[in-house]
Amino acid sequence: MTQVHNHEYDVVIVGAGGAGMRAAIEAAPNAKTAVITKLYPTRSHTGAAQGGMAAALANVEEDSWEWHTFDTVKGGDYLVDQDAAEILAKEAIDAIIDLENMGLPFNRTPEGKIDQRRFGGHTRDHGKAPVRRACYAADRTGHMILQTLFQNCVKLGVEFHNEFYVLDLLLTEEKGVTHTSGVVAYELATGDIHVFHAKSVVFATGGFGKMFKTTSNAHTLTGDGVGIVWRKGLPLEDMEFFQFHPTGLAGLGILLTEGARGEGAILRNASGERFMERYAPTIKDLAPRDIISRCMVQEVAEGRGAGPEKDYVLLDCTHLGAEVLETKLPDITEFARTYLGVDPVHEPVPVMPTAHYAMGGIPTNTDAEVLKDNTTVIPGLYAAGECACVSVHGSNRLGTNSLLDINVFGKRAGRNAAAYANKAKHVAMPKAPESEVLALVEKLRASDGSESVATLRKELQVEMDRNAQVFRTEESLKHAEGVIKDLRKRYLNIGIHDRGQRFNTDLLEAIELGFLLDLAEVVVVSARNRKESRGGHMRDDFPDRNDKKYMVHTMAYREAKKIRLDWKPVVITNYQPMERKY
Amino acid sequence: MAEIAEVQSFTVTFIIRRFNPETDTEPYWQDFDVEMYATDRVLDGLHKIKWDVDGTLSFRRSCAHGICGSDAMRINGRNRLACKTLIKDLDISKPVYVEAIKGLPLEKDLIVDMEPFFKAYREVNPFMVTSAKPEKEHIQSPEQRARFDDTTKCILCAACTTSCPVFWTDGQYFGPAAIVNAHRFIFDSRDEDAQVRLDILNSKEGVWRCRTTFNCSEACPRGIEVTKAIAEVKQAVLRGVR
Repeated sequence: MTQVHNHEYDVVIVGAGGAGMRAAIEAAPNAKTAVITKLYPTRSHTGAAQGGMAAALANVEEDSWEWHTFDTVKGGDYLVDQDAAEILAKEAIDAIIDLENMGLPFNRTPEGKIDQRRFGGHTRDHGKAPVRRACYAADRTGHMILQTLFQNCVKLGVEFHNEFYVLDLLLTEEKGVTHTSGVVAYELATGDIHVFHAKSVVFATGGFGKMFKTTSNAHTLTGDGVGIVWRKGLPLEDMEFFQFHPTGLAGLGILLTEGARGEGAILRNASGERFMERYAPTIKDLAPRDIISRCMVQEVAEGRGAGPEKDYVLLDCTHLGAEVLETKLPDITEFARTYLGVDPVHEPVPVMPTAHYAMGGIPTNTDAEVLKDNTTVIPGLYAAGECACVSVHGSNRLGTNSLLDINVFGKRAGRNAAAYANKAKHVAMPKAPESEVLALVEKLRASDGSESVATLRKELQVEMDRNAQVFRTEESLKHAEGVIKDLRKRYLNIGIHDRGQRFNTDLLEAIELGFLLDLAEVVVVSARNRKESRGGHMRDDFPDRNDKKYMVHTMAYREAKKIRLDWKPVVITNYQPMERKY
Repeated sequence: MAEIAEVQSFTVTFIIRRFNPETDTEPYWQDFDVEMYATDRVLDGLHKIKWDVDGTLSFRRSCAHGICGSDAMRINGRNRLACKTLIKDLDISKPVYVEAIKGLPLEKDLIVDMEPFFKAYREVNPFMVTSAKPEKEHIQSPEQRARFDDTTKCILCAACTTSCPVFWTDGQYFGPAAIVNAHRFIFDSRDEDAQVRLDILNSKEGVWRCRTTFNCSEACPRGIEVTKAIAEVKQAVLRGVR
């Protein structure tokens, strides 16, 4: 029998990756805080980030946060909210120092300062040449950030509810204003339901890359938080913009850091040509990810791919030497050896783009407050990290800006959530707050239809790779939309095997698939509506950027019968849109 | 790359130690035949069983490439990550035995209660303690940074701790992973709390329980020289940090 438990906190943080734990470090000393997380904190996918975190420390060469702001805006193909990008670049410096002071073991310069390396799209003086801006700890920077934040949560005695899967956000109307009143979670170990009454809630639940087949994302990245917000009738912003990282291990999608190219690795086609010289003559292999991914797919499409099927290109690290690979890029060296049997010291590594990062998500302002339309905030509700869209990444995120994003906006979310909780009262929860989650869980646990979760998920992933990946057209997106609609219908007829209460991961995967299907539809519908090419969204049938019509964010709303789309203006401060050349 | 081009599948027999706390009084072994490729991982095999044959099979996994530490399990009697163990590296003329890691309470199938493991971790104060308030970063030379590099790789998967015969027989022992994480701070030039951690590890359930069987080093999926780290902590207990 499913039991229901009640808890009361000031601040509840959902998710224990980088953004969630950074928020917890701010909130926990100032307000009664709980972190609720589907995974043990150290399992979060922040730990898989490799190459670095950008900040204009100028430790090794001249740099400025203004240059960083410009690169972020240009890298995002001008769909970046420039006030947010300015905050990101300015606060980056403190964010790095915070982490170092918390214990993060960055690589060091000979003088003992934090060392910095090059990364795609990060340049000196508005695009003149690559700049060394990425602070790093070998090629496990994300791992070190996750560990350091977890260590500091242990130090502060932060309260975690591990393997609690949040499935509903509680909203209460009071005097005509929508307030947050808490969340409802499903406990994996017992199958029990937990109601968390809270003054403020921070969503830091990560991305949804598992809607694609080829992805660097973890199995658990199924867009739960974004999906919950969507189901509550709140809008999602810029969902059509998904980043395909150029260097996934061919056929597997496992990430090989851009830091490899930052250290000098080169992309080559079948004939050994350094093809990026043709596309981005100034910064070549360090062009932003959207551009490189497109060029790779084009090389393969035009018959210049390597390998027996000519279906990948090669990442050549052989000239870097064993020492650089072993000391600065040890993990990716091992990944290539383990999973492809290729030793990067001696041979080039087969790579192709892999679904990596959602630029879009839950719209927030620069205080990390969640918006319910273009301007109205929901008191007490915050979001940060990949699940949020603030928007610092616009239509294409620069490498090293996501580890930065989680630290800057995670900190803001935690600080603001605690400050809000300290001046607000608990708002009454809706009646029977657990009812929706209870109904969802019981229905799926008993489901005995003929469709399999694994089959539907696979069909979704194959379709998204085929028709909503690096290159898109009206025809491909229309096809994807039809397939998703059909999958959503078939989802109503799924059957699962495990009827138990304890660690029912069969049930968990069924719930996760529901979120993926909901969000895939938003991605594809938003993508069909944007008839231009910008950043990560490349339309073969509309190859140019169209600033007259589309220099605006997409806002998608869930309505009874369809998805309604609206626009939201882009915040421009200093940089007018220009042609994007590298 | 030639072997990847020649795609040929074959049948692998997995024999998995099952336990459902809601229906079983004792764990039991169950076998499954699965079509696999040489480059597949054991995790792929478990997924094929879960997704195509028996949805009740329960295990933890997340990143699937050896960095999140979710899927440590005993594969043919050795602690390994299922996502980092390739079929081609196993002898598949024989069945592949898979069971939960040992020494932690069994919850269901391949899932154990990790709380005792994390409790030991928390008890060694795994965080930097410093009174210095530098304006920017602390200064640390590349050599000082290199001193503790190996132990920063730990992903807390518990493969080492649950391969340790001392831990199996004495659940109170801190275990290799906690000592590794203490080492990471004891030898960090910025940290000032080394003595506190050394005192903790000089206790009855501390480093002296280690019998240097090297199981932990062999089990570590990150290649950390765990036994060496423990030996260095032992030396530091006796002679101070160098």
